[in-house]
Amino acid sequence: MRRRSGFPLGRILLGLAAGLVLIFLMLPILVVFPISFSSASYLQFPPPGFSWQWYGRYLDDPSWIDATVRSVKVAALCTAIAMGLGVPLTFFLVRSRLPGIRALDRLSAAPIIVPTIVLSIALYGVFSDLQLIGEWYGVAVAHSVLALPFVVILVGAGLRGFDQAQEQAAAGLGASWPAIIWRVTLPQLRPSLISAAFLAFISSFDELVIAMFLSGSEMTLPKKMFDNIMMEIDPTIAAVSVLQILLVGLCLGLASLFGRGVLTTTVTR
Amino acid sequence: MSSPGASRRAFGRRRELALLALGLPALLLLGAVFAWPVLRLLSLSVEGGDLAQFEKAALDGLYVSVLADSLKVAAVVTAICLALAYPVALWLSRAGRVGAAIGLFALLLPFWTSVLVRTYAWLVLLGRNGVVNRALRDWGLIEAPLPLLHNMAGVLVGMVHVLLPYMVFPIYAALLRVDPDLPRAAEGLGASSWRAFRRITFPLSLAGVSAGCALVFVLSLGFFITPALLGGGRVIMISMLIEQQVREFLDWPFAAALSTVLLIVTLAIYGLIGRLTRGGRLETA
Repeated sequence: MRRRSGFPLGRILLGLAAGLVLIFLMLPILVVFPISFSSASYLQFPPPGFSWQWYGRYLDDPSWIDATVRSVKVAALCTAIAMGLGVPLTFFLVRSRLPGIRALDRLSAAPIIVPTIVLSIALYGVFSDLQLIGEWYGVAVAHSVLALPFVVILVGAGLRGFDQAQEQAAAGLGASWPAIIWRVTLPQLRPSLISAAFLAFISSFDELVIAMFLSGSEMTLPKKMFDNIMMEIDPTIAAVSVLQILLVGLCLGLASLFGRGVLTTTVTR
Repeated sequence: MSSPGASRRAFGRRRELALLALGLPALLLLGAVFAWPVLRLLSLSVEGGDLAQFEKAALDGLYVSVLADSLKVAAVVTAICLALAYPVALWLSRAGRVGAAIGLFALLLPFWTSVLVRTYAWLVLLGRNGVVNRALRDWGLIEAPLPLLHNMAGVLVGMVHVLLPYMVFPIYAALLRVDPDLPRAAEGLGASSWRAFRRITFPLSLAGVSAGCALVFVLSLGFFITPALLGGGRVIMISMLIEQQVREFLDWPFAAALSTVLLIVTLAIYGLIGRLTRGGRLETA
C-alpha cells in the first residue's frame, strides 16, 4: 500500500491531460456559437453585441435553403439505400459459410479505406458519361456506397452478439423465416440499426468531396459552405454551423434515447 | 442414415442461396458504383499500353516531393494523435459513469460535427487577429502574432482535430477489454501503479493503438478539404494534385496514375499495419 502513494499524482496528471485534449476538441464548437449571434457586419471575436441577423440572412437566402433541402433529401435517400441494402448484406456476410465470404467482407469495407478523392474522380468519370452530374439522387447513390461499410460494421456487431437459439425456438413453434427475422431478430438489433441509420445520414449530410464533383451547380449544403469559406467569410456560415451542430446534438440525443447503448456501440465497435 | 444428412445438406444449400439473395443487391451496388468505376479509373493510367504516366510522375521531382510530403504529414498527424489520444482513452476507461458520459459527449459532438464547421472555427481561432493570437498577446506571451494559419501549423491543428476521435475510439475499446484485475494483481504483488501500467495495461492495449494508427495514417494520407482550406496553398497533399489534374488540366491518364500510386501506398500501409497488429495480438494473448 505504501507504494501506491504516487498514484494520486499520476491520476491528477492524467485527468489534466485528458481534460486539455477534450477542451481542444470542443473549442471550435464553442467559438461558433457566439459568432453566430454577432451584431458586427464582419468576422469579429468576441462579438461586440447580440443580434439574430445571420440567422435571418440564412433563412432569407433561397440558395442556402435550397442547399439545405437538397442535402436533407440526399442524406435521406442515402440512408434508405444504405439500410435497405446494407442490413440484408450484413446477414449474408455474418451468416453465410461460402468460401469467398471473407473477400466479400473486405470488399464491403473497402470504400472507407480507398481515399475519397480517388473514389470521387472515378465516379465523376462514370457519372459524366451517364449525364448524372447535378442530379441529387446520383449524389445519394454515391454516398450510399460510403455509408454501407458503417451499416455492415455496426449491424454486424449487433448480429454477432445475437443469440440464434431464439430464432430456432421461433422456427420450432412454426414461424416462417421472414416473420422470424422481422419479429424476433430485427427488434433486438434496434440499437445497432438506429446508430447505423444515424451514422449513414450524418455521413452523407456532411460529405463534401464526392458532392463537390457530382453535384455540379446543384449545390449540397457542405458545397455551399465550402464556397462561402473560400469566397467571403461572413458570420452567416456561423449561423448555419450552429444549426448543424444543434441538428447533430438532437440526433445524438434521440439515438441514445431510442437505441440504448448506441453511443457505446458507436465508440467501441 | 443417409437421408437426414442429405436433407440437412439440401437445407444448408437453400439457406446459403437465401443468404446470397439477401446480399446480392448490395454487392451489385458495390460493383457498379465502387469497384467498376475505381478499376476503370486505374486502367486509364495504362491506357497508352505503357507506363509513361508513371514515368512522368516518378521523373518530375514535384510529384515525388508531394508524395513524400503527404507521407510526412500523415506520419506527424498520426504521432500527434497518438500522443493526445492515449491519455484521453486511458482516463475514459478509468472514469466513473458521469465522467465517462461527459468525456464521450466531448468526443462525439465534434466527431459528428461537419468538417467544414470545424474548419471555419479554426479560421476564426487561428487567424492573425484570431482568438488564440489575441489571448497570447493579452497574456504577454508573444509580441507579434504567430503565423498559425495558411501554413503547416494550421493544417496540422485542423487534421489532428478531425482525426483524433478515430485514434481514441479503438484505444478506448482495447483498454475496456483489459481485465482490471490484472493490473490490480500486479499492484497487490508490489508493483507500482506506473509499472503495472507499463508492463500490463499498455501492452494489452497495443492492438487498439495499431488499429488507431492504421486508420489515422490512411485517412490523413488522402486528406483533401482541411489542407486545402487551412494550408493557404503552402501545404500540397497528393489528393489536391489529383483534383487539379482532373479539374484544371483534364489530364485523366495522369490523374489516374497518381490515384493508382496513392491507392497502392494506402493499401500497402494498411496491410502492413494490419499484419503487425495481428503479430502484436499473438504476443499479448
